Amino acid sequence: MFQRNTLALAVLALSAAPLNAIAADSTELQQIRQDIEQLRQSYEARIRELETRLQQTDVKASAAQQATSNLPAQTASAPAANATTQAAGGNAFNPEISLVLSGTYANLSKDPKNWQMSNFMPSGDEIGPGKRGFSLGESELGFRANIDQHFYGQATLAVSGENEIGVEEAFVQTTSLPKGLQAKAGRFFSGIGYLNGQHAHTWDFVDAPLAYQAFLGGQYSQDGAQLKWVAPTSTFLELGMDVGAGERFPGTTRNKNGAGSTALFAHLGGDIGASQSWQVGTSWLRAAPRDRTYDATDLAGNEVSNSFSGRSQLYIVDGVWKWAPNGNAERINLKLQGEYFRRRETGELAYDTAAQNLSDSYRSAQSGWYVQSVYQFMPRWRVGARFDQLDSGTVDYASNGDFLANTNYKPKRSSLMLDWSPSEFSRIRLQYAKDQARQGVKDDQIFVQYQMSLGAHGAHSY
Amino acid sequence: MKKHLITLALLLLSPFSHAALNIVACEPEWAALAQELAGNKASIHSATTALQDVHHIQARPSLIAAVRNADLLICTGAELEVGWLPVLQRQSGNSKVQPGQPGYFEAATQVRMLEVPTRLDRADGDVHAAGNPHIQTDPRNIARVAEALAKRLAQIDPANAAHYAARQSDFASRWQAAISRWEKEAAPLRGVPIVVQHKAFPYLQDWLGLKEVATLEPKPGVEPSSAYLAELMARLQQTPAKLILRAAYNDGRSADWLAERAKIPVVILPFTVGGNARAKDLFSLFDDTLAQLLKAAR
Repeated sequence: MFQRNTLALAVLALSAAPLNAIAADSTELQQIRQDIEQLRQSYEARIRELETRLQQTDVKASAAQQATSNLPAQTASAPAANATTQAAGGNAFNPEISLVLSGTYANLSKDPKNWQMSNFMPSGDEIGPGKRGFSLGESELGFRANIDQHFYGQATLAVSGENEIGVEEAFVQTTSLPKGLQAKAGRFFSGIGYLNGQHAHTWDFVDAPLAYQAFLGGQYSQDGAQLKWVAPTSTFLELGMDVGAGERFPGTTRNKNGAGSTALFAHLGGDIGASQSWQVGTSWLRAAPRDRTYDATDLAGNEVSNSFSGRSQLYIVDGVWKWAPNGNAERINLKLQGEYFRRRETGELAYDTAAQNLSDSYRSAQSGWYVQSVYQFMPRWRVGARFDQLDSGTVDYASNGDFLANTNYKPKRSSLMLDWSPSEFSRIRLQYAKDQARQGVKDDQIFVQYQMSLGAHGAHSY
Repeated sequence: MKKHLITLALLLLSPFSHAALNIVACEPEWAALAQELAGNKASIHSATTALQDVHHIQARPSLIAAVRNADLLICTGAELEVGWLPVLQRQSGNSKVQPGQPGYFEAATQVRMLEVPTRLDRADGDVHAAGNPHIQTDPRNIARVAEALAKRLAQIDPANAAHYAARQSDFASRWQAAISRWEKEAAPLRGVPIVVQHKAFPYLQDWLGLKEVATLEPKPGVEPSSAYLAELMARLQQTPAKLILRAAYNDGRSADWLAERAKIPVVILPFTVGGNARAKDLFSLFDDTLAQLLKAAR
């Protein structure tokens, strides 16, 4: 375009200057002058046209550069946009980037240091109500994009308030397998249960249900592979299987080939009219912990370290039902969900590994459940209630029963929450919980939390 | 009991319909258009209804199942469905309807986009980088989309290519005739000042020459506060409007509030097929839209 512009100016200059100098017959001169004038006008008009076109392209180009690249490449195929995609260069292929910021203020009436779920083996570091006072929650940095015509990739890095970076999820997934099949590999949240697959920032409460904390250490992710199949039916039916290293609770790290844990899951779901939708699921998780150590207090009141090796099997039944008038959740909507967990562990338990190290068989059957409901009573505002309970079930320590015993206390917790979402990208939440996870202790917990998401518009699953 | 369970299981898991082509449309207008072009050669399902806000849809299990079985997915695009469609595509395990495949059709790529923002900042509300996605309110856009969609149908179902081409040419001539009729009828609407609830009608305004003097939402997708409504009242005294436009799915309270005080009518446009009892197909959608506008602007 510039070239044509300069060319036009050059022709204009060359043709105008010498002709002016020629003295000739007046009619001829007038004719020539008219011709030149016409020529000049036509060139000026064309230059003006070119300039406006250039300006428009500049505006479009800058708009496109500002645009996040979450448009599929297809949208750029409109003729006007062709030039602008070239201008954006390599950045046009950057993955979608999103960042979730969250922070909490917690007011806990009891010291969180000795928080535990009575009668349940501790399940790792990521459980409990967290720190007292102000704390920065996990900042989740997410990247996602199609890799090529066969694969999609996604990574979520979680930066903790303690300045540690963790890989929450990092997986690749097929997009081109036939017959409703899909395979996934990497680190990902297992398909078991309902809440397990959802990132913390989409939870309806500040913390995970007690059952998730007791049986899955908060949330279960695998380093492994997943195969999933969606049935060709009008009712949603999904069957899936995960195999993985199984290094997280209830499993442990192990130096062995093969899979350390296996999970199977099935989900069934559909609509009832335009206003209601539902999903139910059932899952099974098997892990093979080796020397899963934990600290406990024995019957004599000594702090001891024990360790469990054996087989851990977890069964989950989950269900969710949602209602919104005509399926329009903008003004009011209601959600009801619940999950039931049952775990069987069999194997060897070593008591007081540091000193006496007495090993004998161990067998337990424990369960837990929660139900929760969240109601949006007006645009932007929601209230919710949740009740959690664990059942200590039966635990057989064999001869170690001389040192260790469980009571029949059932840890429980009741929570109420109110949240306000000024837009779909921000949420501020107030939560109160009466936490009775510890036998004989009632902890009043108040949380104020914010959760905000920046960058690419995330799409949330059901 | 066992027998009942088996019947129930069969009912729940009944295979998806076996028509030649399974089409899932993200919005009712594209389902209606697909119906015009495909006739009885396709079984068509709309993922949303006119009473739902397509910006905010849950990726429900039923929708995943529908997308799983689709040969063609027709959506508006331009980020309108960004909050839910990617989940449906990913969780369906259907390779045919992934972005870039012939089985995924985006209507917005066929038309000239309006309100393309020059600045992208979420502080400006729910803005779409590609421009305003509510393209279906201008029938000329429907004509452009129809042309491309007919070609796409022929591409994924070549055996019936002639059928689609014939239906498209029939639809195109009926649609063109209807547009001429609507344009003649709508002449009195040119320059009529209006207030819109959401910026949902720029294409309709562009087509009919309606003049938008204010929006009820201070920013796209943001509910008006009472302070903003009061300010809006003051502004309407300076530059009065003749009517307030809102779509069937919008919450009507703020529009009613303003209508009562500014003493102008609220026009509840069907916005898409099924938005009211009269908007049964694409033709009656625009018949009703124009009839309502003409009545209110009189």
